[in-house]
Amino acid sequence: MRNWLVQPEFTVERDPERCVQCQVCVRQCANDVHEYDAEDDLVSSESSRCVGCHRCATLCPTGALSIRRARLEFRPNANWTPSAIRNIYRQAEGGGVLLTSMGTDQPYPSYFDRLLLDAAQVTNPSIDPLREPMELVTSLGRKPDRLELDSSAGAPRAKTELPPQLELRMPIMFSAMSYGSISLNASLALARAARESGVYANTGEGGLHKAIHPYAGNMIVQVASGRFGVDAEYLDRAAAVEIKIGQGAKPGIGGHLPGEKVSPEISETRMIPEGTDALSPAPHHDIYSIEDLRQLIFAIKEATCYAKPVSVKIAAVHNVAAIASGCVRAGADIVAIDGFRGGTGAAPTMIRDHVGIPIELAIAAVDDRLREEGIRHMASVVAAGGIRSSADVVKAIALGADAVYIGTAALVAMGCHVCQKCYTGKCNWGIATQDPLLTKRLNPDVATRRLVNLLRGWGHEIKEMLGGMGINAIESLRGNRERLRAVGMSDGELQILGVKPAGVGA
Amino acid sequence: MMRGQRELVRRGEKDASGCAIFGVIDESGRRFTGEEAMRAIATMRERSCGLGGGFAAYGIYPERADLYALHVMFDSPASQEMTRGYLQSVCEIAHEEPIPTRPVEAIRSAPILHRYFVRPARGARERFGDAGDDDLVVRLVMYVNAEIEGAFVVSSGRNMGVFKGVGYPEEIGAFFRLEEYEGHAWLAHGRFPTNTGGWWGGAHPFGLLDWAVVHNGEISSYGRNRRYLSDFGYQCTLHTDTEVICYLCDLLSRRHALPLEVAACAMAPPFWSRIERMAAAEALLAKAVRTVYGGALLNGPFSIVVGHSRGLFGLNDRTKLRPMVAARSGDRLYLASEEAAIRAVCDSPDRVWHAEGGVPVVGALQEERVAQLAGTT
Repeated sequence: MRNWLVQPEFTVERDPERCVQCQVCVRQCANDVHEYDAEDDLVSSESSRCVGCHRCATLCPTGALSIRRARLEFRPNANWTPSAIRNIYRQAEGGGVLLTSMGTDQPYPSYFDRLLLDAAQVTNPSIDPLREPMELVTSLGRKPDRLELDSSAGAPRAKTELPPQLELRMPIMFSAMSYGSISLNASLALARAARESGVYANTGEGGLHKAIHPYAGNMIVQVASGRFGVDAEYLDRAAAVEIKIGQGAKPGIGGHLPGEKVSPEISETRMIPEGTDALSPAPHHDIYSIEDLRQLIFAIKEATCYAKPVSVKIAAVHNVAAIASGCVRAGADIVAIDGFRGGTGAAPTMIRDHVGIPIELAIAAVDDRLREEGIRHMASVVAAGGIRSSADVVKAIALGADAVYIGTAALVAMGCHVCQKCYTGKCNWGIATQDPLLTKRLNPDVATRRLVNLLRGWGHEIKEMLGGMGINAIESLRGNRERLRAVGMSDGELQILGVKPAGVGA
Repeated sequence: MMRGQRELVRRGEKDASGCAIFGVIDESGRRFTGEEAMRAIATMRERSCGLGGGFAAYGIYPERADLYALHVMFDSPASQEMTRGYLQSVCEIAHEEPIPTRPVEAIRSAPILHRYFVRPARGARERFGDAGDDDLVVRLVMYVNAEIEGAFVVSSGRNMGVFKGVGYPEEIGAFFRLEEYEGHAWLAHGRFPTNTGGWWGGAHPFGLLDWAVVHNGEISSYGRNRRYLSDFGYQCTLHTDTEVICYLCDLLSRRHALPLEVAACAMAPPFWSRIERMAAAEALLAKAVRTVYGGALLNGPFSIVVGHSRGLFGLNDRTKLRPMVAARSGDRLYLASEEAAIRAVCDSPDRVWHAEGGVPVVGALQEERVAQLAGTT
C-alpha cells in the first residue's frame, strides 16, 4: 500500500511519440510500475513504485523511457534533509525498522579519493607492463618469520614447512555473498569467474550449492553464526574456511533470510526446512570471548587437518586493531576487515549508515598494530568494503592490505544498478532475488564473462600503476605508504594513515 | 658541519642516488693499499657530482682484529662527549684515536672524525639478556644514530672501516690518507644524489657490523622494506635506500643464517614465470623464499656491492636496470659500474663479464684466511 505522505523518489517519463505499447517494460518490472490497459491499448506508469533500477529504460526497444529524480523538492533545510523527513513518514506509517541494502549512500569522506599515487621519473625508470614482467601473484595465509634451511645434502632445502596458503593470480577476491541473498546464477558466475581468473569467491552463509561443487577449489566457505550449510563435506571441499564475526554494513547485527525465499534448493543448500526463516544470530552463540573464537578456529583446523587457511572476518569498528590482533593470536591465518561502506543484502538503515569506520583507516590501524606487536607475518590482511576501482585496490594494498574483497563491484559488473532494494527480493536484474522469473534473466555464462573481464581490466590497470611507480612485484607495494600522498586531510588523519601530505618529497 | 641525522628524520627525507660503485677483493687475503680503489673510482668521476664519496676497507686493523672498530662522526665536541659516555657504559674502549686526515683543498667543514676499538662489556651482555656481541653492537649503533644528537656511527665491524664524506671520492680518499692503509678488499663509491644535498653521513658506503654497502640506484620498495625491517627491530633512521640494504643483509645473512645465494634470492628473486620452469626442489625453495621474504624484495633499479668479513658480492636488480661489470684476474675479483674503472687498475683481466640481473657475483675469501683475518672473539 502506498504511503500517502511519501512522494515518489523517481519520475518515470514515457515519450508517447516513441512508445509503441510493446509492453516490455510491463513484463520487466517486478515492482509493477508499468501497466498495460488493453482496452485503450496504452502502457502507463506509476512512478511511486519505481526504485530507479533502470531495467525498463535499458530494455525499452525504442528508448521511450527516462527515469529522473522526482522534481518535488522540499523547502531547503540543511538539517531536515528529504531523506530524514521521508524516513519518518515511513516509520510513522508502519512502526518498523527502516531497511535498506548495499553500502551506505551517505556522503562520508572517502579516504581513497584523498590519496594520490606516486610515479617514477628519471632516477627510477617506470616499467611498461606490456613489455616487462609484472607480478601480481599473492599468497594469503600465515607465514613463518624466517626460513630455516638444511644444507646438509648439497643444495639448500627449506627445513621450515610453509603453512597452507591461498594462491591468487591477482590480489582481488569476490566477497561473501550468500546463495539466498543472491541468485544461484549469480553465485555460479562468481565461482566460475574466480576459477577462470585464478582467484577465490566466498560463499557467504549460504552453503555450497551442488552446482558450485565443481568450483569448490576456488571457494572460501563461510562459517557464520547460523552455521547454515556447514558440515564436514562443506569444509572439505573448500579452499579455505572463513569464520564470519561481523560485516561492515551491519556490525553487530545478524542476518535474516525470510522464509518465502527459502525454496527447496536453498533449503537443501542451507540445510534448513523449506519455507522457514533463516536467522543468523548477531553473535555466534558459542563465541562470547576471544578464547571461544580460538576454539572454533582450531576446531575447524582439526576438521580440515590443518590443510586450509582459516580466515576471520570482522567489521571495521573503533577498536578494530586490537580485535584483529586478538584474532591473529587466536590462530586466524587471514583477517578480513570489512569497512563501513561495505554492502549487504539487507540491513537496518540506521546501522548501515551510522556504525563502523572507513576501511582505509582500519587497514592502516591494523597493519600498524600487527607490526608493533611483531605478528604481522602471522596473518594476511584482506580489506573489504567500498573498493570501487583498481586504484582503490592499489591504495588499499599500499596502506598495508595483502589483498581485497570486492562485492558491490562484482554485482555491478553483472548488471546491478545499485538501487539498494536487494532486501525486497524483486531485483529486476536477476541478481538479488530468488524469483524464478527474475533469476533466469541473469545468464551465468554472460555474467561469468563480465566478471572475468572486470578482473582482467583491473589487473591490467594495477600493472600499469605499479609500472608507473617503477615496481614490478605487488609485494613491493604492500604497506609501501611512501608511494601515497594525501590531499585535504587533517594531521590526525595523516597520522593514522601514515602518509605524508601531497607536496612533501621523499 | 655535518647535518645531524635528527634533522634528517624531522624532514622525513629519503635519499636516492645515481652513482659510481667499485669493489675489489683479493681472495687469497693478500693486502694492498687504497690507491687502486681511488684510481678506479676516479675513472668514473662522470658518474658522481662531488656531493659524496667513500670507501670501505677490510683487513686494515689486523693488530686489533678482535675488537669492533667504531668509526664515528660528530658535529660538536658535546655530542662526542655524550657518545663517549654512552660507549663507556656498554663497552670497554680498548683504544681510541682521531681518524687521521690531511688537508685537501676541496674538502671543507669536515665533522669531528674519531675511531674507537671496543669490546662489549660483560655487564651490558647481562643487561640485554642472551644477546651476543654482534646484537649488542647493533643496539649500540641504533641507539647512537637515533638518540644522540649530532653523532653518527659510520661503521662498526671488526678489522674493517668506512671512510666517507662530502666531495669527489678521490678527494675523500686523499683526505683520509687511504694510500697508507692496506686491506684485502675495498669498496668505493662516488655519489650523484637526486633527492637530497650532500651531507657527510649520507655518503656511501653504509655500514653495520662487518657489512658495508655501496649502491647505485633507487629502491622503489623502500617503504615496504623499511616497515618489514622494523618488525625485526631495525630502525631506519637515515631514510636512505642503502641503509635498508645493509640491514637486510644483516637480517638475512647473519640473523637468519641464509647462505648468500638464498639471501640474494630474497632480495632479487626470480620471476614466478621462471620459478615455474625450475626443477622441483629448486622451485620449492624459491617459492618458499618469495612467500616468506616478500618484504625483503628490493624493487626498482639497483646495482650494489656488499662487503663482509668473508668476502664481498655484487648484485643487480632482477631486471638489471643498472650497470655492473665483473672481472677476474688471478685471485682478484673486480666489480664496477663501468669496465673502464676495472681496466684502469687491471691491465689484462682473465675474464670480464656483465653481471646478470638477480644473480650474485661472489668473491669469497679463502677459508683458511677468514679465521685469521677476523681475529678471535
